[in-house]
Amino acid sequence: MNEQLLTATPDDALSAPGPWREFWDYFSANRGALIGAGFILLVLLAALFANLLTPHSPYEQYRDAILTPPSWQEGGLWRFPLGTDEVGRDILTRLIFGGRMSLFIGMMVVCLSLLLGTLIGLSAGYARGMTDSLIMRAMDIIMALPSLLLALAIVTILGPGLINAAIAIAITYLPHYVRITRASVIAESSKDYVTASRVSGAGVLRLVFITILPNCMAPLIVQASLGFSNAILDAAALGFIGLGAQPPTPEWGSMLSNALEFIQRAWWVVTFPGLMILTTVLAFNLMGDGLRDALDPKMKL
Amino acid sequence: MFGFLLKRVSVIIPTFIGVTLLTFSLIRLIPGDPVELMAGERGVDPVRHARLLAEMGLDKPLLVQYWHYLTGIFHGDLGISVVTREPVIREFYTLFPATLELSFCAIVIAIVVGLPAGIIAAVRRGKGTDYTVMGLSLTGYSMPIFWWGLLLILLFSVTLGWTPVSGRISATYWVDEVTGFMLIDTLLSDEAGAFLSALHHLILPSIVLATIPLAVIARMTRSAMLEVLLEDYVLVARAKGLAMPLVVCVHALRNALIPVITVIGLQVGVLLAGAILTETIFSWPGIGKWLLDSIRRRDYPSVQGGILLVSCIVIFVNLTVDIFYGVVNPRIRHQR
Repeated sequence: MNEQLLTATPDDALSAPGPWREFWDYFSANRGALIGAGFILLVLLAALFANLLTPHSPYEQYRDAILTPPSWQEGGLWRFPLGTDEVGRDILTRLIFGGRMSLFIGMMVVCLSLLLGTLIGLSAGYARGMTDSLIMRAMDIIMALPSLLLALAIVTILGPGLINAAIAIAITYLPHYVRITRASVIAESSKDYVTASRVSGAGVLRLVFITILPNCMAPLIVQASLGFSNAILDAAALGFIGLGAQPPTPEWGSMLSNALEFIQRAWWVVTFPGLMILTTVLAFNLMGDGLRDALDPKMKL
Repeated sequence: MFGFLLKRVSVIIPTFIGVTLLTFSLIRLIPGDPVELMAGERGVDPVRHARLLAEMGLDKPLLVQYWHYLTGIFHGDLGISVVTREPVIREFYTLFPATLELSFCAIVIAIVVGLPAGIIAAVRRGKGTDYTVMGLSLTGYSMPIFWWGLLLILLFSVTLGWTPVSGRISATYWVDEVTGFMLIDTLLSDEAGAFLSALHHLILPSIVLATIPLAVIARMTRSAMLEVLLEDYVLVARAKGLAMPLVVCVHALRNALIPVITVIGLQVGVLLAGAILTETIFSWPGIGKWLLDSIRRRDYPSVQGGILLVSCIVIFVNLTVDIFYGVVNPRIRHQR
């Protein structure tokens, strides 16, 4: 009898699913999130294998084919499926390479603000007192300024460029991560497992990074995913006004920066880069919503 | 109530000082000192350079400079534009009505469309209407508005020819500036058709600027409404036999509005940041375009003053919303 009990394997249907399995079940039930994740994967693959996907270089100017319309229109050429711009560069090629820029800037902004924000938030939440007040007042100042305005101010100091734009945007989104981390650290610190760990002699670093931090990750992951979309949007806006990526870099925002001149005669120059920004940002927002629902149903609006 | 007011007002003082520190350091962190920047490519000889620095008080210790800057702000002195030689505050003052008019129209559009859309989505939860409204609002929220503006110009101005491309009024009208608000000034003037022209110029930029606030308001209204609709008093009202539209508009909406109003207040920052892009696309002569032009012309006193004033507006509006929130919701006021 006893032996049988010990050797009996639990029924698969009754066993609790692992954390990954549970996450995937929730996430995949959200169709929008799946579509978003799929689209992001597509843009990512296109960006990674950009050189294999297109025969053109994003910088090569075909002087004999300036402002060629898309291939399905009259006068279009099959060599340039989405047409060419004002100096004869293939738009599809520049869009594919532009994905690299946007994903890179998104990645850099999210890594910077996530890393810095978590560190600052951890120290504010753990130290409390004067340190905490000082940090939170500084964050209030950053929050008081509209993000694009603050980014403009920082880019004015650092000078225009893709990397500087990323740094500027990362600073503007810092308070979100700091606040989230601080709030979860404060909430977790009073729990028994932290006290237990402290009583058994864990040092500050172990307590903060190994005991507390893993339990604050869920809201940070959600914020990071939504931060990706904000970063792409703001970077494109900076590129558009000429303070982000500099020409001839193939970046979606800066591709639109002189589009107003061609609006009367070349709709394709105006339409496609913006469409890429919109769909990519939308995809990240859809995925972020899905992540939020899957990781923490309580956080749902 | 007085204690609550005092607490809220005292919180913004460090924020204000922080912002002044930021704008103060902005001009000093830019490579090259102000004299070199003004001289540009020509350069200045060292003697003249030192004299100019002393004239502007830039040879004093930083703390003294900051004190001068701060007292200057309270006297309304934000420096002088390097390009136009006009006081920065006067430039801001002349351009601000244009931005205010545009932002006001945008927020009106956002509320008038966003509020009902959110209510309808909440009432018809899980139905096609709900999905459509939510899908559209997520799209609006993800919209690069500079591109959206270009698309609208492409459709309505270039292809259909319905609306003008740029400016506040067509050049054939001459309207005296009374209030600085074109819609009011044109009504006051006796130029026939001027008002319609101004309205024509205003419509596209307002729609563009309204897009993101509209999406946010619709989303917020829906979620606030959904929460309220589950409350017992809604059930009671329904059980007493009141019609659904009446319950929604009278009983539920009043309580759902509280968080929505906060969100509307928070849109001011979004509007002013969006104005930079919108005004640039439509050549709208407001502070957004002015700020960007100043950055491009390296007119740093204007950039400094502009950023300070815009931040102050945002801080002030947020404070007002905070206080208003405390007035309508006693639970906040008595929070410890």
